[in-house]
Amino acid sequence: MSLWEYANPKKFMQVSAGVLPWMAGLTGLCLGVGLIWGFFFTPDDFRQGSTVKIIFLHVPSAMMAINAWVMMLVASLIWLVRRHHVSALAARAAAPVGLTFTAIALVTGALWGQPMWGTWWAWDPRLTAFLILALFYLGYIALWQAVEDPDTAADLTAVMCMVGSVFALLSRYAVKFWNQGLHQDSTILKVGEKDPIAPVFYVPLVVCIFGFVLLFVALVLMRTRTEIRARRLSALLARERLA
Amino acid sequence: MKALLLRDVRLAIRAGGGFGLGLAFFLLVAVLVPLGVGPEPATLAKIAPGILWVGALLACLLSLDRIFALDFEDGSLDLLATAPIPLEGVVAIKAFAHWLVTGLPLTLVAPVLAVLLNLPGPGYLWLVVSLLAGTPALSVIGAFGAALVVGVKRGGLLLSLLVLPLYVPTLIFGAEVVKRGASGTEVSVPLLLLAGITAGAVALLPFAAAAALRVNLR
Repeated sequence: MSLWEYANPKKFMQVSAGVLPWMAGLTGLCLGVGLIWGFFFTPDDFRQGSTVKIIFLHVPSAMMAINAWVMMLVASLIWLVRRHHVSALAARAAAPVGLTFTAIALVTGALWGQPMWGTWWAWDPRLTAFLILALFYLGYIALWQAVEDPDTAADLTAVMCMVGSVFALLSRYAVKFWNQGLHQDSTILKVGEKDPIAPVFYVPLVVCIFGFVLLFVALVLMRTRTEIRARRLSALLARERLA
Repeated sequence: MKALLLRDVRLAIRAGGGFGLGLAFFLLVAVLVPLGVGPEPATLAKIAPGILWVGALLACLLSLDRIFALDFEDGSLDLLATAPIPLEGVVAIKAFAHWLVTGLPLTLVAPVLAVLLNLPGPGYLWLVVSLLAGTPALSVIGAFGAALVVGVKRGGLLLSLLVLPLYVPTLIFGAEVVKRGASGTEVSVPLLLLAGITAGAVALLPFAAAAALRVNLR
């Protein structure tokens, strides 16, 4: 029994078929509870008013936008080292999801920034780094689509993902150096401070974060299954053409 | 390796090699920007460092797909891959040749164009220094991007999408050096960071580019 057994497409399809409905149900539950609780059953902030509630979408999606890239990096490394096709397809499947999370984080941030900072957009380090991250996602997806041979595409995107990770980190620190920002630091994991976020917001926020993690896993599982089916279909068609 | 370097430089300089295109583009940027934003010397002086760096970066981007594409089409890249020198060395030499025919000339003409953009006096030295330190990184990063898309037909647009985000740190530190130099403040921190990025890129990216080339030549 080892983890690598699940890299077998057949085994992966079997297991994921069983897991996926539960995962989807749990996602719906967490997001439903977290968002409804967050939007309708928390008080307005005394300075930010109701705009504070955008935190329930903004923070989890921003976290997942970065985590999705990390997951793609790990999956790419597994593909390069162990040549498991499921891993490469999972990385491919995760990219559009990650891009969507990035877009959600940027848009919700702009919606909050307009009333609070008085501007939709500022060239703040965090905002800029996220825009650059979105560009990396776009390039990654475009490279997958441009290369015809699937194994070549998997190899090239894996290399691009590794190099891109280094440069995304570099950009993160470069923009920090370049401009001092409006955006606050992350408050969720601040150690040593008692209640950096009021508990009344904190609990639904954690539920939402779990919901977004589950949503990401469920979407990636579903999209990976689609990719595997598409791969099988093209193999069948190729065999048919030869026969 | 020397032969390969000479061959690449010669091919680039001779007719049809696209040498000078980058320079012409750089000149165009320096002419078009004042036409767009207006001729006030103070405004121009303020944006000159950024415009010069962005112009150099885009001019560099123009000729990137030539690093490998032509050799890939006529099969000489296959020969180079089986040649006794390592493919990493081939990549490094080709990036160096690209720098000799784009980065170096861009660096040399940049002060002339800076006059057009009214760059303040102390900035000229730092403009040349920063371009000298930064353009090698542009060539090596570009060679990596070109290696990724060498098998793609009409990969030019894809190449810019892949390479431009990778250029961000170089651009930020490069323009910062010139900006600080022009206003007479301390430049060593961004200059060292810029040189660090160049050194890291030159040392590591040929390996990534060679890996991508091997995949594409499979």
